[in-house]
Amino acid sequence: MSPARTFATARRVLTQLRHDPRTIALLILVPCLLETLLRLIYANRLRVFDQAGAPLLAFFPLTTVFLVTSIALQRERVSGTLERLMTTPLGRLDLLAGYAVAFGLLAAVQASVVSALTLGPLGLHVEGPVALVVVLAVCVALLGTGLGLLASAFARTEFQVVQFFPLIIMPQLLLCGLLIPRQRMPSALYAISDILPLSYAVDGMHHLSHQPGTSGALLGDIAIVLAFAAGALLVGAATLRRRTE
Amino acid sequence: MTGAAVEFDGLTVERGGQAVLHGVGGSFGAGRVTGLFGPSGSGKSTLIRAIAGVQARVRGNLTVLGAPAGSAEVRAALGYMTQSPSVYDDLTVVENLRYFASLRGSHELGDVLSRVGLEPQAEQLARNLSGGQLARVSLAAALVGKPRLLLLDEPTVGLDPLLRRELWRLFAELAADGAALLVSSHVLDEARHCDEVILLRGGRILAQLTPTELAHRTGTEDMDEAFVRLIEGSGLPEGAVSAGPGLPEGP
Repeated sequence: MSPARTFATARRVLTQLRHDPRTIALLILVPCLLETLLRLIYANRLRVFDQAGAPLLAFFPLTTVFLVTSIALQRERVSGTLERLMTTPLGRLDLLAGYAVAFGLLAAVQASVVSALTLGPLGLHVEGPVALVVVLAVCVALLGTGLGLLASAFARTEFQVVQFFPLIIMPQLLLCGLLIPRQRMPSALYAISDILPLSYAVDGMHHLSHQPGTSGALLGDIAIVLAFAAGALLVGAATLRRRTE
Repeated sequence: MTGAAVEFDGLTVERGGQAVLHGVGGSFGAGRVTGLFGPSGSGKSTLIRAIAGVQARVRGNLTVLGAPAGSAEVRAALGYMTQSPSVYDDLTVVENLRYFASLRGSHELGDVLSRVGLEPQAEQLARNLSGGQLARVSLAAALVGKPRLLLLDEPTVGLDPLLRRELWRLFAELAADGAALLVSSHVLDEARHCDEVILLRGGRILAQLTPTELAHRTGTEDMDEAFVRLIEGSGLPEGAVSAGPGLPEGP
Protein backbone atom coordinates (compact mmCIF):
# COMPACT_ATOMS: atom_id res chain seq x y z
CA MET A 1 0.00 0.00 0.00
CA SER A 2 1.14 3.54 -0.70
CA PRO A 3 -0.06 6.42 1.52
CA ALA A 4 0.77 8.92 -1.24
CA ARG A 5 -1.47 7.16 -3.79
CA THR A 6 -4.21 6.60 -1.22
CA PHE A 7 -4.12 10.30 -0.36
CA ALA A 8 -4.07 11.30 -4.05
CA THR A 9 -7.14 9.13 -4.63
CA ALA A 10 -9.00 10.53 -1.61
CA ARG A 11 -8.24 14.02 -2.85
CA ARG A 12 -9.46 13.17 -6.33
CA VAL A 13 -12.75 11.74 -4.97
CA LEU A 14 -13.31 14.80 -2.78
CA THR A 15 -12.53 17.10 -5.71
CA GLN A 16 -15.17 15.29 -7.76
CA LEU A 17 -17.64 15.90 -4.94
CA ARG A 18 -16.63 19.54 -4.68
CA HIS A 19 -17.65 20.01 -8.31
CA ASP A 20 -21.08 18.69 -7.39
CA PRO A 21 -22.35 21.04 -4.64
CA ARG A 22 -25.92 19.88 -5.11
CA THR A 23 -25.00 16.35 -4.03
CA ILE A 24 -23.13 17.67 -0.99
CA ALA A 25 -26.14 19.79 -0.03
CA LEU A 26 -28.47 16.79 -0.39
CA LEU A 27 -26.14 14.54 1.62
CA ILE A 28 -26.14 16.97 4.51
CA LEU A 29 -29.59 18.56 4.38
CA VAL A 30 -31.72 15.44 3.81
CA PRO A 31 -30.72 13.78 7.12
CA CYS A 32 -31.39 17.12 8.87
CA LEU A 33 -34.81 17.22 7.28
CA LEU A 34 -35.56 13.63 8.31
CA GLU A 35 -34.51 14.18 11.94
CA THR A 36 -36.67 17.31 12.02
CA LEU A 37 -39.61 15.34 10.63
CA LEU A 38 -39.12 12.66 13.26
CA ARG A 39 -39.07 15.31 15.97
CA LEU A 40 -42.33 16.81 14.62
CA ILE A 41 -44.05 13.43 14.30
CA TYR A 42 -43.26 12.59 17.92
CA ALA A 43 -43.80 16.13 19.24
CA ASN A 44 -45.99 14.76 22.03
CA ARG A 45 -43.94 11.62 22.69
CA LEU A 46 -40.39 12.86 23.08
CA ARG A 47 -39.29 9.55 24.62
CA VAL A 48 -39.85 7.87 21.26
CA PHE A 49 -37.82 10.60 19.55
CA ASP A 50 -35.00 9.99 22.03
CA GLN A 51 -35.22 6.24 21.26
CA ALA A 52 -35.20 6.53 17.48
CA GLY A 53 -33.31 9.76 16.88
CA ALA A 54 -29.91 8.52 18.01
CA PRO A 55 -29.89 5.22 16.03
CA LEU A 56 -30.86 7.17 12.93
CA LEU A 57 -27.67 9.21 13.33
CA ALA A 58 -25.85 5.93 12.66
CA PHE A 59 -28.16 4.90 9.85
CA PHE A 60 -27.75 8.02 7.68
CA PRO A 61 -24.03 7.59 6.93
CA LEU A 62 -24.64 3.95 6.00
CA THR A 63 -27.25 4.82 3.38
CA THR A 64 -25.46 7.86 1.99
CA VAL A 65 -22.02 6.35 1.74
CA PHE A 66 -23.32 3.01 0.46
CA LEU A 67 -25.11 4.72 -2.42
CA VAL A 68 -22.32 7.16 -3.21
CA THR A 69 -19.63 4.47 -3.18
CA SER A 70 -21.51 1.87 -5.17
CA ILE A 71 -22.47 4.34 -7.88
CA ALA A 72 -19.03 5.97 -7.97
CA LEU A 73 -17.37 2.59 -8.47
CA GLN A 74 -19.94 1.52 -11.01
CA ARG A 75 -19.12 4.71 -12.93
CA GLU A 76 -15.40 3.91 -12.71
CA ARG A 77 -16.06 0.53 -14.26
CA VAL A 78 -18.29 1.83 -17.06
CA SER A 79 -16.21 4.89 -17.95
CA GLY A 80 -13.00 2.88 -18.30
CA THR A 81 -11.20 4.84 -15.60
CA LEU A 82 -10.99 1.70 -13.46
CA GLU A 83 -9.29 -0.16 -16.32
CA ARG A 84 -6.85 2.71 -16.70
CA LEU A 85 -6.19 2.79 -12.94
CA MET A 86 -5.41 -0.92 -13.06
CA THR A 87 -2.53 -0.18 -15.46
CA THR A 88 -0.98 2.36 -13.07
CA PRO A 89 1.05 1.67 -9.92
CA LEU A 90 -2.13 2.26 -7.85
CA GLY A 91 -2.81 -0.80 -5.71
CA ARG A 92 -6.35 -2.11 -5.30
CA LEU A 93 -6.24 -1.44 -1.58
CA ASP A 94 -4.90 2.08 -2.25
CA LEU A 95 -7.96 2.75 -4.39
CA LEU A 96 -10.38 1.45 -1.77
CA ALA A 97 -8.60 3.16 1.09
CA GLY A 98 -8.73 6.39 -0.92
CA TYR A 99 -12.50 6.05 -1.24
CA ALA A 100 -12.83 5.13 2.44
CA VAL A 101 -10.82 8.17 3.55
CA ALA A 102 -12.78 10.54 1.31
CA PHE A 103 -16.20 9.24 2.32
CA GLY A 104 -15.12 8.91 5.96
CA LEU A 105 -14.41 12.67 5.92
CA LEU A 106 -17.72 13.32 4.21
CA ALA A 107 -19.48 11.29 6.90
CA ALA A 108 -17.68 13.21 9.63
CA VAL A 109 -19.02 16.48 8.21
CA GLN A 110 -22.49 15.03 7.76
CA ALA A 111 -22.58 13.56 11.27
CA SER A 112 -21.28 16.78 12.83
CA VAL A 113 -23.96 18.90 11.19
CA VAL A 114 -26.80 16.45 11.78
CA SER A 115 -25.74 15.84 15.38
CA ALA A 116 -25.45 19.56 16.05
CA LEU A 117 -29.00 20.03 14.83
CA THR A 118 -30.44 16.95 16.51
CA LEU A 119 -28.74 17.33 19.86
CA GLY A 120 -29.14 21.12 19.83
CA PRO A 121 -32.34 22.71 18.51
CA LEU A 122 -34.23 19.41 18.22
CA GLY A 123 -33.38 18.56 21.81
CA LEU A 124 -32.37 14.91 21.47
CA HIS A 125 -30.94 13.75 24.75
CA VAL A 126 -27.69 11.79 24.78
CA GLU A 127 -25.89 10.80 27.99
CA GLY A 128 -22.57 9.80 26.44
CA PRO A 129 -19.88 11.97 24.84
CA VAL A 130 -21.12 13.70 21.68
CA ALA A 131 -17.74 13.24 19.96
CA LEU A 132 -18.30 9.48 20.03
CA VAL A 133 -21.57 9.94 18.11
CA VAL A 134 -19.48 11.38 15.29
CA VAL A 135 -16.82 8.67 15.66
CA LEU A 136 -19.45 5.96 15.42
CA ALA A 137 -20.98 7.65 12.36
CA VAL A 138 -17.57 7.69 10.65
CA CYS A 139 -17.09 3.97 11.41
CA VAL A 140 -20.50 3.28 9.88
CA ALA A 141 -19.45 5.31 6.82
CA LEU A 142 -16.40 3.07 6.36
CA LEU A 143 -18.77 0.12 6.54
CA GLY A 144 -20.92 1.82 3.89
CA THR A 145 -17.86 2.16 1.65
CA GLY A 146 -17.09 -1.54 1.97
CA LEU A 147 -20.67 -2.67 1.36
CA GLY A 148 -21.10 -0.24 -1.54
CA LEU A 149 -17.97 -1.59 -3.12
CA LEU A 150 -19.22 -5.15 -2.78
CA ALA A 151 -22.57 -4.20 -4.32
CA SER A 152 -20.87 -2.56 -7.28
CA ALA A 153 -18.89 -5.74 -7.91
CA PHE A 154 -22.11 -7.68 -8.44
CA ALA A 155 -23.88 -5.09 -10.56
CA ARG A 156 -23.46 -4.52 -14.27
CA THR A 157 -25.39 -1.27 -14.50
CA GLU A 158 -26.29 1.69 -12.31
CA PHE A 159 -29.90 0.45 -12.28
CA GLN A 160 -28.76 -2.83 -10.77
CA VAL A 161 -26.48 -1.19 -8.26
CA VAL A 162 -29.32 0.94 -6.88
CA GLN A 163 -31.42 -2.21 -6.45
CA PHE A 164 -28.81 -3.58 -4.06
CA PHE A 165 -29.82 -0.85 -1.64
CA PRO A 166 -33.13 -2.47 -0.58
CA LEU A 167 -31.38 -5.85 -0.54
CA ILE A 168 -28.35 -4.98 1.57
CA ILE A 169 -29.49 -2.01 3.65
CA MET A 170 -33.23 -2.38 4.30
CA PRO A 171 -33.10 -5.78 6.10
CA GLN A 172 -30.44 -4.31 8.38
CA LEU A 173 -32.73 -1.38 9.14
CA LEU A 174 -35.66 -3.69 9.94
CA LEU A 175 -33.57 -5.95 12.18
CA CYS A 176 -31.22 -3.49 13.86
CA GLY A 177 -33.44 -2.83 16.85
CA LEU A 178 -34.89 0.45 15.68
CA LEU A 179 -38.46 -0.88 15.24
CA ILE A 180 -38.46 -3.15 18.28
CA PRO A 181 -35.57 -3.99 20.60
CA ARG A 182 -33.60 -6.93 19.21
CA GLN A 183 -34.10 -8.93 22.42
CA ARG A 184 -37.84 -9.01 21.79
CA MET A 185 -37.55 -10.40 18.25
CA PRO A 186 -38.23 -14.08 17.44
CA SER A 187 -35.04 -16.01 18.18
CA ALA A 188 -34.31 -16.77 14.52
CA LEU A 189 -34.50 -13.08 13.62
CA TYR A 190 -32.43 -12.19 16.67
CA ALA A 191 -29.74 -14.60 15.48
CA ILE A 192 -29.77 -13.01 12.04
CA SER A 193 -29.60 -9.52 13.50
CA ASP A 194 -26.51 -10.66 15.40
CA ILE A 195 -24.55 -11.06 12.19
CA LEU A 196 -25.65 -7.74 10.67
CA PRO A 197 -23.28 -4.83 11.28
CA LEU A 198 -25.93 -2.11 11.61
CA SER A 199 -27.22 -3.88 14.75
CA TYR A 200 -23.94 -3.09 16.50
CA ALA A 201 -23.95 0.51 15.32
CA VAL A 202 -27.47 0.95 16.71
CA ASP A 203 -26.53 -0.84 19.95
CA GLY A 204 -23.65 1.59 20.22
CA MET A 205 -26.00 4.54 19.78
CA HIS A 206 -28.31 3.11 22.45
CA HIS A 207 -25.35 2.95 24.85
CA LEU A 208 -24.52 6.56 23.99
CA SER A 209 -28.12 7.56 24.62
CA HIS A 210 -28.42 5.91 28.01
CA GLN A 211 -24.98 5.74 29.60
CA PRO A 212 -22.75 8.62 30.57
CA GLY A 213 -19.07 8.20 29.79
CA THR A 214 -17.47 5.57 27.62
CA SER A 215 -18.52 2.03 28.46
CA GLY A 216 -16.70 -1.10 27.41
CA ALA A 217 -19.84 -2.27 25.65
CA LEU A 218 -19.84 0.89 23.53
CA LEU A 219 -16.19 0.46 22.54
CA GLY A 220 -16.93 -3.19 21.77
CA ASP A 221 -19.75 -2.17 19.42
CA ILE A 222 -17.50 0.35 17.68
CA ALA A 223 -14.79 -2.29 17.29
CA ILE A 224 -17.28 -4.75 15.76
CA VAL A 225 -18.52 -2.14 13.27
CA LEU A 226 -14.91 -1.40 12.32
CA ALA A 227 -14.17 -5.11 11.92
CA PHE A 228 -17.17 -5.50 9.60
CA ALA A 229 -15.98 -2.45 7.65
CA ALA A 230 -12.47 -3.87 7.28
CA GLY A 231 -13.88 -7.23 6.24
CA ALA A 232 -16.16 -5.69 3.61
CA LEU A 233 -13.29 -3.57 2.24
CA LEU A 234 -10.98 -6.59 2.00
CA VAL A 235 -13.59 -8.77 0.31
CA GLY A 236 -14.40 -5.81 -1.92
CA ALA A 237 -10.72 -5.50 -2.84
CA ALA A 238 -10.72 -9.16 -3.82
CA THR A 239 -13.65 -8.54 -6.16
CA LEU A 240 -11.72 -5.84 -8.03
CA ARG A 241 -10.08 -7.63 -10.90
CA ARG A 242 -7.07 -6.23 -12.68
CA ARG A 243 -7.82 -8.39 -15.72
CA THR A 244 -11.27 -8.40 -17.29
CA GLU A 245 -12.83 -10.07 -20.34
CA MET B 1 17.51 0.30 -30.13
CA THR B 2 18.37 -1.60 -26.98
CA GLY B 3 16.46 -4.87 -27.25
CA ALA B 4 12.70 -5.19 -27.50
CA ALA B 5 10.50 -3.34 -25.03
CA VAL B 6 7.68 -5.78 -25.65
CA GLU B 7 7.90 -9.30 -27.06
CA PHE B 8 5.08 -11.74 -27.60
CA ASP B 9 4.85 -15.13 -29.14
CA GLY B 10 2.00 -17.60 -29.58
CA LEU B 11 -0.32 -15.12 -27.92
CA THR B 12 -3.91 -16.32 -27.84
CA VAL B 13 -6.84 -14.53 -26.26
CA GLU B 14 -10.30 -15.99 -25.92
CA ARG B 15 -13.45 -14.07 -25.27
CA GLY B 16 -16.84 -15.73 -24.88
CA GLY B 17 -15.36 -19.07 -26.03
CA GLN B 18 -14.06 -17.55 -29.27
CA ALA B 19 -10.42 -16.82 -30.01
CA VAL B 20 -9.93 -13.10 -30.63
CA LEU B 21 -6.18 -13.45 -31.15
CA HIS B 22 -4.85 -16.63 -32.76
CA GLY B 23 -1.32 -17.23 -31.49
CA VAL B 24 0.17 -13.95 -32.66
CA GLY B 25 3.87 -13.13 -32.32
CA GLY B 26 5.91 -9.97 -32.67
CA SER B 27 7.95 -7.39 -30.84
CA PHE B 28 8.63 -3.69 -30.73
CA GLY B 29 11.38 -1.61 -29.24
CA ALA B 30 12.17 1.65 -27.52
CA GLY B 31 12.95 4.78 -29.50
CA ARG B 32 10.42 4.15 -32.22
CA VAL B 33 6.77 4.46 -33.10
CA THR B 34 5.19 1.12 -33.92
CA GLY B 35 1.79 1.31 -35.56
CA LEU B 36 -0.85 -1.34 -34.98
CA PHE B 37 -3.16 -1.31 -37.97
CA GLY B 38 -6.19 -3.29 -38.94
CA PRO B 39 -9.91 -2.92 -39.40
CA SER B 40 -12.29 -2.58 -36.50
CA GLY B 41 -12.69 -6.00 -34.85
CA SER B 42 -9.27 -7.26 -35.94
CA GLY B 43 -8.05 -7.59 -32.34
CA LYS B 44 -6.02 -4.37 -31.96
CA SER B 45 -7.56 -3.36 -28.64
CA THR B 46 -7.33 -6.91 -27.32
CA LEU B 47 -3.60 -7.05 -28.11
CA ILE B 48 -3.04 -3.68 -26.46
CA ARG B 49 -5.07 -4.71 -23.40
CA ALA B 50 -3.06 -7.93 -23.14
CA ILE B 51 0.20 -5.97 -23.15
CA ALA B 52 -1.26 -3.49 -20.63
CA GLY B 53 -2.04 -6.45 -18.36
CA VAL B 54 -5.80 -5.91 -18.11
CA GLN B 55 -7.00 -8.60 -20.54
CA ALA B 56 -8.24 -11.87 -19.06
CA ARG B 57 -7.64 -15.29 -20.67
CA VAL B 58 -4.30 -14.54 -22.28
CA ARG B 59 -2.18 -17.56 -23.20
CA GLY B 60 1.29 -17.65 -24.73
CA ASN B 61 4.51 -15.77 -24.08
CA LEU B 62 4.42 -12.08 -23.33
CA THR B 63 7.28 -10.05 -21.89
CA VAL B 64 6.84 -6.34 -21.19
CA LEU B 65 9.95 -4.34 -20.25
CA GLY B 66 11.55 -7.61 -19.18
CA ALA B 67 8.72 -8.51 -16.79
CA PRO B 68 5.28 -10.14 -16.94
CA ALA B 69 2.46 -7.93 -18.22
CA GLY B 70 0.58 -6.19 -15.41
CA SER B 71 3.38 -6.59 -12.86
CA ALA B 72 4.24 -3.72 -10.54
CA GLU B 73 7.51 -2.94 -12.38
CA VAL B 74 5.68 -2.63 -15.67
CA ARG B 75 2.87 -0.49 -14.25
CA ALA B 76 5.40 2.00 -12.89
CA ALA B 77 6.62 2.63 -16.46
CA LEU B 78 3.42 2.30 -18.49
CA GLY B 79 1.12 4.87 -20.01
CA TYR B 80 -2.09 3.39 -21.42
CA MET B 81 -4.80 5.20 -23.34
CA THR B 82 -8.04 3.26 -23.68
CA GLN B 83 -9.99 3.38 -26.90
CA SER B 84 -12.88 5.43 -25.52
CA PRO B 85 -11.78 8.38 -23.41
CA SER B 86 -11.35 7.27 -19.79
CA VAL B 87 -11.08 10.35 -17.62
CA TYR B 88 -13.26 11.76 -14.85
CA ASP B 89 -15.85 13.97 -16.49
CA ASP B 90 -16.56 15.76 -13.20
CA LEU B 91 -12.95 16.94 -12.86
CA THR B 92 -11.22 19.69 -14.79
CA VAL B 93 -8.54 18.84 -17.34
CA VAL B 94 -5.75 19.81 -14.95
CA GLU B 95 -7.30 17.93 -12.00
CA ASN B 96 -7.52 14.79 -14.13
CA LEU B 97 -3.91 15.05 -15.22
CA ARG B 98 -2.62 15.85 -11.72
CA TYR B 99 -4.30 12.73 -10.38
CA PHE B 100 -2.86 10.40 -13.00
CA ALA B 101 0.56 12.06 -12.60
CA SER B 102 0.47 11.58 -8.83
CA LEU B 103 -0.25 7.87 -9.26
CA ARG B 104 3.09 7.65 -11.10
CA GLY B 105 4.80 9.62 -8.33
CA SER B 106 5.06 12.79 -10.39
CA HIS B 107 3.81 16.19 -9.31
CA GLU B 108 4.54 18.11 -12.46
CA LEU B 109 2.54 18.17 -15.62
CA GLY B 110 5.39 19.75 -17.59
CA ASP B 111 4.43 20.76 -21.09
CA VAL B 112 1.93 17.98 -21.64
CA LEU B 113 -1.02 20.38 -21.93
CA SER B 114 0.58 22.44 -24.68
CA ARG B 115 1.80 19.28 -26.43
CA VAL B 116 -1.76 18.01 -26.85
CA GLY B 117 -3.06 21.53 -27.50
CA LEU B 118 -5.30 21.78 -24.44
CA GLU B 119 -3.87 24.81 -22.65
CA PRO B 120 -6.98 26.94 -23.26
CA GLN B 121 -9.18 24.19 -21.74
CA ALA B 122 -6.97 23.54 -18.69
CA GLU B 123 -9.56 24.67 -16.13
CA GLN B 124 -12.65 23.34 -17.88
CA LEU B 125 -14.59 20.37 -16.59
CA ALA B 126 -13.99 17.35 -18.81
CA ARG B 127 -17.73 16.90 -19.32
CA ASN B 128 -17.93 20.27 -21.07
CA LEU B 129 -15.32 19.38 -23.69
CA SER B 130 -15.88 18.20 -27.25
CA GLY B 131 -15.24 14.57 -28.14
CA GLY B 132 -11.90 15.39 -29.74
CA GLN B 133 -10.78 17.45 -26.76
CA LEU B 134 -11.80 14.67 -24.39
CA ALA B 135 -9.75 12.18 -26.42
CA ARG B 136 -6.74 14.46 -25.99
CA VAL B 137 -7.26 14.67 -22.21
CA SER B 138 -7.30 10.88 -22.22
CA LEU B 139 -4.08 10.87 -24.25
CA ALA B 140 -2.45 13.42 -21.95
CA ALA B 141 -3.39 11.27 -18.93
CA ALA B 142 -1.31 8.49 -20.47
CA LEU B 143 1.64 10.82 -21.10
CA VAL B 144 1.99 12.49 -17.67
CA GLY B 145 4.84 11.22 -15.54
CA LYS B 146 6.85 10.35 -18.69
CA PRO B 147 6.24 6.60 -18.92
CA ARG B 148 8.80 4.58 -20.89
CA LEU B 149 6.16 2.46 -22.61
CA LEU B 150 3.11 4.01 -24.23
CA LEU B 151 0.18 1.94 -25.41
CA LEU B 152 -2.20 4.23 -27.27
CA ASP B 153 -5.45 2.77 -28.56
CA GLU B 154 -6.70 4.86 -31.50
CA PRO B 155 -5.48 8.22 -30.18
CA THR B 156 -6.10 10.06 -33.45
CA VAL B 157 -9.61 8.84 -34.19
CA GLY B 158 -12.13 11.59 -34.84
CA LEU B 159 -9.57 14.41 -34.79
CA ASP B 160 -9.14 16.97 -37.54
CA PRO B 161 -6.31 16.29 -40.00
CA LEU B 162 -4.06 19.09 -38.75
CA LEU B 163 -4.30 17.87 -35.17
CA ARG B 164 -3.71 14.28 -36.26
CA ARG B 165 -0.51 15.31 -37.97
CA GLU B 166 0.61 17.20 -34.85
CA LEU B 167 -0.06 14.17 -32.66
CA TRP B 168 1.97 11.89 -34.94
CA ARG B 169 4.77 14.46 -34.70
CA LEU B 170 4.41 14.35 -30.89
CA PHE B 171 4.64 10.53 -30.96
CA ALA B 172 7.85 10.78 -32.99
CA GLU B 173 9.28 13.25 -30.43
CA LEU B 174 8.39 10.92 -27.55
CA ALA B 175 10.10 8.06 -29.37
CA ALA B 176 13.13 10.25 -29.97
CA ASP B 177 13.22 10.82 -26.20
CA GLY B 178 13.54 7.07 -25.79
CA ALA B 179 9.99 5.85 -25.19
CA ALA B 180 8.54 2.76 -26.83
CA LEU B 181 5.21 3.50 -28.49
CA LEU B 182 2.53 1.18 -29.79
CA VAL B 183 -0.15 3.26 -31.50
CA SER B 184 -3.23 1.67 -33.02
CA SER B 185 -5.37 3.09 -35.79
CA HIS B 186 -7.82 1.83 -38.35
CA VAL B 187 -6.88 4.64 -40.73
CA LEU B 188 -4.25 2.85 -42.82
CA ASP B 189 -3.07 6.07 -44.36
CA GLU B 190 -1.51 6.95 -40.99
CA ALA B 191 0.93 4.04 -41.34
CA ARG B 192 3.29 6.40 -43.13
CA HIS B 193 3.94 8.21 -39.80
CA CYS B 194 5.26 5.03 -38.14
CA ASP B 195 8.75 3.60 -38.01
CA GLU B 196 7.24 0.17 -38.29
CA VAL B 197 3.74 -1.25 -38.63
CA ILE B 198 2.07 -4.41 -37.42
CA LEU B 199 -0.86 -5.33 -39.65
CA LEU B 200 -3.60 -7.26 -37.93
CA ARG B 201 -6.64 -8.89 -39.48
CA GLY B 202 -9.12 -11.37 -38.02
CA GLY B 203 -6.95 -11.88 -34.95
CA ARG B 204 -3.85 -12.80 -37.00
CA ILE B 205 -0.79 -10.74 -37.82
CA LEU B 206 -0.48 -10.33 -41.60
CA ALA B 207 2.91 -8.68 -41.48
CA GLN B 208 5.28 -6.58 -39.41
CA LEU B 209 7.40 -4.27 -41.53
CA THR B 210 8.38 -0.66 -42.21
CA PRO B 211 6.07 1.48 -44.31
CA THR B 212 8.76 1.53 -47.04
CA GLU B 213 8.95 -2.26 -47.07
CA LEU B 214 5.17 -2.39 -47.25
CA ALA B 215 5.16 -0.11 -50.29
CA HIS B 216 7.91 -2.18 -51.95
CA ARG B 217 6.32 -5.51 -51.27
CA THR B 218 2.91 -4.51 -52.53
CA GLY B 219 4.06 -2.16 -55.25
CA THR B 220 1.83 0.72 -54.17
CA GLU B 221 2.14 3.88 -52.08
CA ASP B 222 -1.58 3.81 -51.36
CA MET B 223 -1.81 2.24 -47.89
CA ASP B 224 -5.39 1.04 -48.32
CA GLU B 225 -4.43 -0.65 -51.57
CA ALA B 226 -1.27 -2.07 -50.00
CA PHE B 227 -3.34 -3.62 -47.24
CA VAL B 228 -5.72 -5.20 -49.74
CA ARG B 229 -2.84 -6.62 -51.79
CA LEU B 230 -1.26 -7.98 -48.62
CA ILE B 231 -4.51 -9.76 -47.71
CA GLU B 232 -4.82 -11.20 -51.22
CA GLY B 233 -1.22 -12.36 -51.12
CA SER B 234 -1.45 -13.80 -47.61
CA GLY B 235 -3.58 -16.78 -48.55
CA LEU B 236 -6.13 -15.77 -45.94
CA PRO B 237 -9.52 -15.78 -47.64
CA GLU B 238 -11.47 -12.55 -47.20
CA GLY B 239 -14.23 -14.46 -45.45
CA ALA B 240 -11.81 -15.75 -42.82
CA VAL B 241 -12.27 -12.60 -40.82
CA SER B 242 -14.04 -13.39 -37.58
CA ALA B 243 -15.58 -10.01 -36.94
CA GLY B 244 -15.73 -6.46 -38.17
CA PRO B 245 -16.88 -4.88 -41.39
CA GLY B 246 -14.06 -6.43 -43.44
CA LEU B 247 -12.49 -3.55 -45.24
CA PRO B 248 -11.03 -0.76 -43.15
CA GLU B 249 -12.90 2.48 -42.79
CA GLY B 250 -11.56 5.37 -44.82
CA PRO B 251 -9.96 8.38 -43.20
